[in-house]
Amino acid sequence: MATAVTEEVVDYDEVLERYDPVMGLEVHVELNTATKMFCGCATEFGAEPNSQVCPVCLGLPGALPVVNDKAVESAIRIGLALNCEIATWCRFARKNYFYPDMPKNFQTSQYDEPIAFNGHLDVELEDGTTYRVEIERAHMEEDTGKSLHVGGSTGRIHGAEYSLVDYNRAGIPLIEIVTRPLTGAGGRAPEVAKAYVGALRELLRALGVSDVKMEQGSLRCDANVSLRPKVGDATSEEQAAVPLGTRTETKNVNSLRSVERAVRYEITRQAAILDKGGKITQETRHWHEDTGVTTSGREKSDAEDYRYFPEPDLVPVAPTRETVDALRRTLPEPPGERRRRLQADWGYSDLEMRDVMNAGAVELISETVAAGATPAGARKWWTGELARRANAEGRSVEDFGVTPTHIAELDGLVRDGRLNDSMARQVLEGVLAGEGTPTEVADARGLELVQDDGALEAAVDKVIEANADVAQKVRDGKVQAAGALIGQVMKEMRGQADAGKAREIILAKLTG
Amino acid sequence: MNSDLTRSSAAELAHALGSGELSSVEIVQAHLDRIAAVDADVHSYLHVDGEGALAAARQVDERRAAGEDLHVLAGVPIAVKDVLATKGLPTTCGSKILEGWVPPYDATVVAKLRAAGMPILGKTNMDEFAMGSSTEHSAYGPTHNPWDLTRIPGGSGGGSAAVVAAYEAPLAIGTDTGGSIRQPASVTGTVGVKPTYGGVSRYGLVALASSLDQAGPCTRTVLDAALLHSVIGGHDPLDSTSIDAPVPAVVEAARRADVKGLRVGVIKELGGEGYQAGVRARFDESVALLQEAGAEVVEVSCPSFDYALAAYYLILPSEASSNLAKFDGMRYGARVLPPGIDDPSAEQVMAATRDAGFGDEVKRRIILGTYALSSGYYDAYYGQAQKVRRLIADDFATAFEKVDVLVSPTAPTTAFKLGDKLDDPMSMYLQDVATIPANLAGVPGMSLPSGLADEDGLPTGIQILAPATRDDRLYGVGAALERMLLDRWGAPLLTKAPELSAKGA
Repeated sequence: MATAVTEEVVDYDEVLERYDPVMGLEVHVELNTATKMFCGCATEFGAEPNSQVCPVCLGLPGALPVVNDKAVESAIRIGLALNCEIATWCRFARKNYFYPDMPKNFQTSQYDEPIAFNGHLDVELEDGTTYRVEIERAHMEEDTGKSLHVGGSTGRIHGAEYSLVDYNRAGIPLIEIVTRPLTGAGGRAPEVAKAYVGALRELLRALGVSDVKMEQGSLRCDANVSLRPKVGDATSEEQAAVPLGTRTETKNVNSLRSVERAVRYEITRQAAILDKGGKITQETRHWHEDTGVTTSGREKSDAEDYRYFPEPDLVPVAPTRETVDALRRTLPEPPGERRRRLQADWGYSDLEMRDVMNAGAVELISETVAAGATPAGARKWWTGELARRANAEGRSVEDFGVTPTHIAELDGLVRDGRLNDSMARQVLEGVLAGEGTPTEVADARGLELVQDDGALEAAVDKVIEANADVAQKVRDGKVQAAGALIGQVMKEMRGQADAGKAREIILAKLTG
Repeated sequence: MNSDLTRSSAAELAHALGSGELSSVEIVQAHLDRIAAVDADVHSYLHVDGEGALAAARQVDERRAAGEDLHVLAGVPIAVKDVLATKGLPTTCGSKILEGWVPPYDATVVAKLRAAGMPILGKTNMDEFAMGSSTEHSAYGPTHNPWDLTRIPGGSGGGSAAVVAAYEAPLAIGTDTGGSIRQPASVTGTVGVKPTYGGVSRYGLVALASSLDQAGPCTRTVLDAALLHSVIGGHDPLDSTSIDAPVPAVVEAARRADVKGLRVGVIKELGGEGYQAGVRARFDESVALLQEAGAEVVEVSCPSFDYALAAYYLILPSEASSNLAKFDGMRYGARVLPPGIDDPSAEQVMAATRDAGFGDEVKRRIILGTYALSSGYYDAYYGQAQKVRRLIADDFATAFEKVDVLVSPTAPTTAFKLGDKLDDPMSMYLQDVATIPANLAGVPGMSLPSGLADEDGLPTGIQILAPATRDDRLYGVGAALERMLLDRWGAPLLTKAPELSAKGA
């Protein structure tokens, strides 16, 4: 069994006194086209292994690729949204290397003629400042199959008894978005990395070109990190003149939080090596979500030779000016602008808006408000209870089966006074358990606030009588002591009362 | 109509089928009998599907009896080079690495043959992955030239040329990457056509060099080639490089067979040094015949053709090294475990499979191509070769401003002895020196018999080249020349071939 060696790290703040971190981020986006990049096979996630395959995506002898026009459209739209130039003529290229999950032992990709290049994305950081991420290129390619290594303890090929390959993913359209080296971020490098991937995810979601589910692999991030000696301020000219250090490429970074953590870890790990006078090995590293460290994968040097050459089985892609202009007109409002507009519409504070963004809930809240909820109510549910659960279970809020319509309905039930907060939470439980809509759950579980003031007053009287000492404290002016009485009343009412009203009655009776 | 129906042309068979004189079952059975009699000597088939061919023949006969409107070649059987995927029929590409592989799908060409109601007799022998000019590089043993069993039938499609020359099929499909249809036609006294690149779908053609490969007809007459060309040609949405235009009017051109006023260019660079005297003599006579028939003959220079062979042997191996990467023992075909390793890794199994599964010529070209594409060498080799390719296309363009077709000898020599060039790859490669430029430029080419060389009595061939998409011109010129030569010979050239002893009969 391969034991992960715990490597030495240096305290992060100490690192920044001596080193300037530089990053390069490569993001792979699986497009949500109905069919694959070069054949007509379906792209549904989670289907029976090897059920969405054909001679083309299995790379059977003689089969030939045909470009999916929809994928090219998506690629161009992504390029435009990233402020890129769009190639007027470009070709696919073969990237040659042997691996069992790659049916042809070459990946059809693009090399020196990407469909989109020279762009940028402005990313907002937590303190409200903006960092401009320069985009080098966005190119089209096909995904590989997926290997499952069975036996052994690591789930990696090393030590496995045997491996299974699922080619359903082989040929799914991918767009690889590559940044230029991100410099000048200094100690905020990990935050910039996370913010960039988050902003990119938001943009891609707004474009509607991908499911962008990091946990399902439809958005994958590889983080290149290097350190160079610090000679001045991160954004200074002197610092910019220092040559880049040797980089490592960390793969398998599949959540926003991991992007931040992985970059931060690599910075501290590399610093420890450099501090001892060691050299950074240019290599691929794997990120381990559980232990929060990266471990060495295969060595990868610039000498690795993919023997790229233009793909002779495909004709060049040459979008006309008219096509590009027409696609430009389909671009959505830029997420940054839209966010500012929505924040104003919804009346959220900066902090509240940031919570919403971190929870990836902008779209959900937008739909929930459209379905009739108050902005405050929508935010409370999506970034509160549901986000908590999603975090705890390591899932995405969209996967719970709760829809914006459900939340709007739930919010309505609370506003109408039919449910109190704790009852509403119970109703949500029921909805999550698949018992139906909020109204159906409330009906089925008999959850409804008692509107009968007589019953409430009777309960208050009973509680005051049984807790004479507490009641006396309230009479003596210790109003906060009423809380204990309210609790007793709610208990007496089996929760089905409006706590606010109970407090009102108690205070009226004791201090009136 | 010949009494032995295997001697009939496809056009004659089609006519007899149409008139009810013959049934497809009779024709298929006659060819199966012929195969049983002579193929032990010729070894042109890798796989014979008697049952499948007879079933297809019965079906066509029933449809005809029911009064269905059938394709003109319906019921005429055909052989298919083993490089095209055939559903349910083994497809080996002449390689051990694909031994036992039965494709789950048909190549578009094969699907078109089936749709036309043409029974498939079997799969023909070839140099492994179409690499070679003699069929000696087949992992399943060489095919023998029906004119002289001690000689090569050309390659890579020696099997497809030999089945036609030995009357083991009236028609065959070949593929031509640098001359693999035309050179075998030349040395077996048959007709072979490489259509315009993109004129015939490559879907299901196991790629040697994607930018050069093209499937086409192997037949005994120009008209037969035209009939077959129009079956297999046309746009295919499954092949991105397929031309979206109707098939050129090749049958009409073959029937018209007219060269009056046509401008014919003799390529100066092809036909001098290195060409056998008998090849040259028959070529000159053919050109004289065309002139007599009213064609205007001029000499044309294509200076870049001198570099065609060098460029070809960089582009082809480069593409092939990538195309053949998929044969790794992981998903289909042979899988070889490395000896002496208990728990081999996937990489070790791939290496052992490729080492045992590929022959020397294939390995030679994979190594050449891998080197030519390597970082640091790409510009000097692959990049330069692409520039030469452009120059060759420019030479063709310039030439076709002056002339309607170009002509040259197809191959520099007649059929050589089996084993003669096996240890000298360079001299083997030179067999394709005249055919390669057409593949590099994507233009169509035809080879048809021009006679027998005086020095060895073996067939020689003349090559006709036309501008891209003007395949019809090949047929017009070819059919006219064929008619004049036939008049001169008094009988088809193949009637001069020695009878094969009917061993199995």
